[in-house]
Amino acid sequence: FLGAGGGNDIQWCFSQVKGAVDDDVAEADIISTVEFNHSGELLATGDKGGRVVIFQQEQENKTQSHSRGEYNVYSTFQSHEPEFDYLKSLEIEEKINKIRWLPQKNAAQFLLSTNDKTIKLWKISERDKRPEGYNLKEEDGRYRDPTTVTTLRVPVFRPMDLMVEASPRRIFANAHTYHINSISINSDYETYLSADDLRINLWHLEITDRSFNIVDIKPANMEELTEVITAAEFHPNSCSTFVYSSSKGTIRLCDMRASALCDRHSKLFEEPEDPSNRSFFSEIISSISDVKFSHSGRYMMTRDYLSVKIWDLNMENRPVETYQVHEYLRSKLCSLYENDCIFDKFECCWNGSDRQVEFLSLCTSDLPNIVMTGSYNNFFRMFDRNTKRDVTLEASRENNKPRTVLKPRKVCASGKRKKDEISVDSLDFNKKILHTAWHPKENIIAVATTNNLYIFQDKMN
Amino acid sequence: VFVRGLKRKCFDGEEDIEGTLAGIKAIPSYTLQRQSLLDMSLVKLQLCHMLVEPNLCRSVLIANTVRQIQEEMTQDGTWQMINTQSTGQASLDRLVSTDILCRSSRDQAEGKHVPAYGTFNKDFEGDQAQDGSETMATASSVQTPRNLQSNVWEMENAQENKGNFQKSLDQIFETLENKSPNSVEDLFSEVDNSYYDLDTMLTGMMSNTKMGHCDSLETFSSPTNTASNSNCKSDLNDLDHIVEILVES
Repeated sequence: FLGAGGGNDIQWCFSQVKGAVDDDVAEADIISTVEFNHSGELLATGDKGGRVVIFQQEQENKTQSHSRGEYNVYSTFQSHEPEFDYLKSLEIEEKINKIRWLPQKNAAQFLLSTNDKTIKLWKISERDKRPEGYNLKEEDGRYRDPTTVTTLRVPVFRPMDLMVEASPRRIFANAHTYHINSISINSDYETYLSADDLRINLWHLEITDRSFNIVDIKPANMEELTEVITAAEFHPNSCSTFVYSSSKGTIRLCDMRASALCDRHSKLFEEPEDPSNRSFFSEIISSISDVKFSHSGRYMMTRDYLSVKIWDLNMENRPVETYQVHEYLRSKLCSLYENDCIFDKFECCWNGSDRQVEFLSLCTSDLPNIVMTGSYNNFFRMFDRNTKRDVTLEASRENNKPRTVLKPRKVCASGKRKKDEISVDSLDFNKKILHTAWHPKENIIAVATTNNLYIFQDKMN
Repeated sequence: VFVRGLKRKCFDGEEDIEGTLAGIKAIPSYTLQRQSLLDMSLVKLQLCHMLVEPNLCRSVLIANTVRQIQEEMTQDGTWQMINTQSTGQASLDRLVSTDILCRSSRDQAEGKHVPAYGTFNKDFEGDQAQDGSETMATASSVQTPRNLQSNVWEMENAQENKGNFQKSLDQIFETLENKSPNSVEDLFSEVDNSYYDLDTMLTGMMSNTKMGHCDSLETFSSPTNTASNSNCKSDLNDLDHIVEILVES
């Protein structure tokens, strides 16, 4: 962990990059979600083609103490297929919107993956042994003539090459009229929620033919629709508490114990609008694209188009901290509206945490407290809540020597551009980093560009 | 970038102004900027009725922006003014480009309508030609949901006053809901596929070098099957490019 105070900022180094090298991006390869599992050993990505690729970290090599284990492909499977909704004459995309891991209970790993309409529970298990020596079957599976069997033997397990199998264990379908944007596993590890534009449903992991609707903001008359749900998440510790964010920049905290249908929030988090910044785009840029609780559950972070905000759950009327991600875009909003970039949904994440240390520590300001989010031109940003310093880094193959420290980047908003700075007009708005993930325990981050996955680690001394 | 001409008239671009005379001439008035934003938004709302169910969040945000502009223009008193006067050559270029997109799809839909709507179509097109008001007509024609023939009836009055504009806007959400019983037959009619078929629409536009003439739209090829619809999304970029060419020609 970092020590407190200055001079100990993390130095990020390139570690690996996964994905095709050519500039011509195949649509199916566009990465749509990235998620570490609870131990950090596995890293899953979902793409527009409905595939899930899981990487596994190598066990740390004792001789190579200067770097952590590399991530290599562990399993690849087709999670969702494109479907056609005949009633509406519309395609249902197979794009994986979210992946969430379940905590590991036995040898197998479980994850939930979802597209716009259907959530699936996948079991990923290893097979490194197989039974040999059957009495009634040959090794190749053909049945033996029972009359030729003269002795009996007990089949034994013999080692085989490792095979990783993914099988769908549950399919949670037909519960969402609108597009699913979030799934979140409850701290009870038995239930989870799925949220679409207008409704949130509660599921039990074992039961696929029923779900409970816990939030419904669909107006009786669709003509009156002015607000949609953009993200939802369960509280990390309180299994009856969850939040959902909206396209109007509000976050509602709900308690499922209050009533079956949580249409009335327990808390409403909203920052009053800054009148000096008001424009026709104010509402659009206030739309929240992601919400994440801190590990302790005391704070939550929201991402809107231009900023990241940290909220204290005890204070509803404004965030405790606001970090500007790319304020230089404020004067470009019309162009960004024109090319639809203003609707890009950026995610955000907290740094990892050793929760045991967090509980024991008497002085929490010693603990690293960093939030990360993506931007354009393959830039991503980190904000250190303790030091109030921020840094802009770039995910690019040009920096791909392992253990090369990433050079901080700077965007020149106006005026004379200094050397090494990049001007706003030179930014490539097609190169956007929407999805990032932080290893739950270590300073390893996964950053997804359009079709590549970059892994960075902190420089170990 | 949707249309080059539009970009210059956007709210952005303080950086473009170098202080020269040419630069000063390029500063659009707030009204023009706002109008441009309105046009852009309306086209976006229409274009989002594509193969895959439109992104509801994006549609809602755009619709809210349109409402905001409408409210402000109502307070300004400029809302009614738009109905009755032409806004000048510069805006006409821009409006025509919007109009092409709107008309293409609307006329395409109308061209394939069941005979019952035949006479109505002729009347409507007649009104369209006479109507000097670009925006309102454009606005209302843009509101055509992808397959609700019933809404075509309501468009008859839509150009008249802003109240129906609101209704047209609401129809977009009806479309997104798509639960109207009237539309059930429509779901299976060929109108759907041809509406989605950007290739067909683009073919029609490319063969029509004179803006505003809808006759050549009758040369549209018959609707292709859904296989071509998978190219729609990439064709949107082609669409931008082609409209760009059309406006500049």
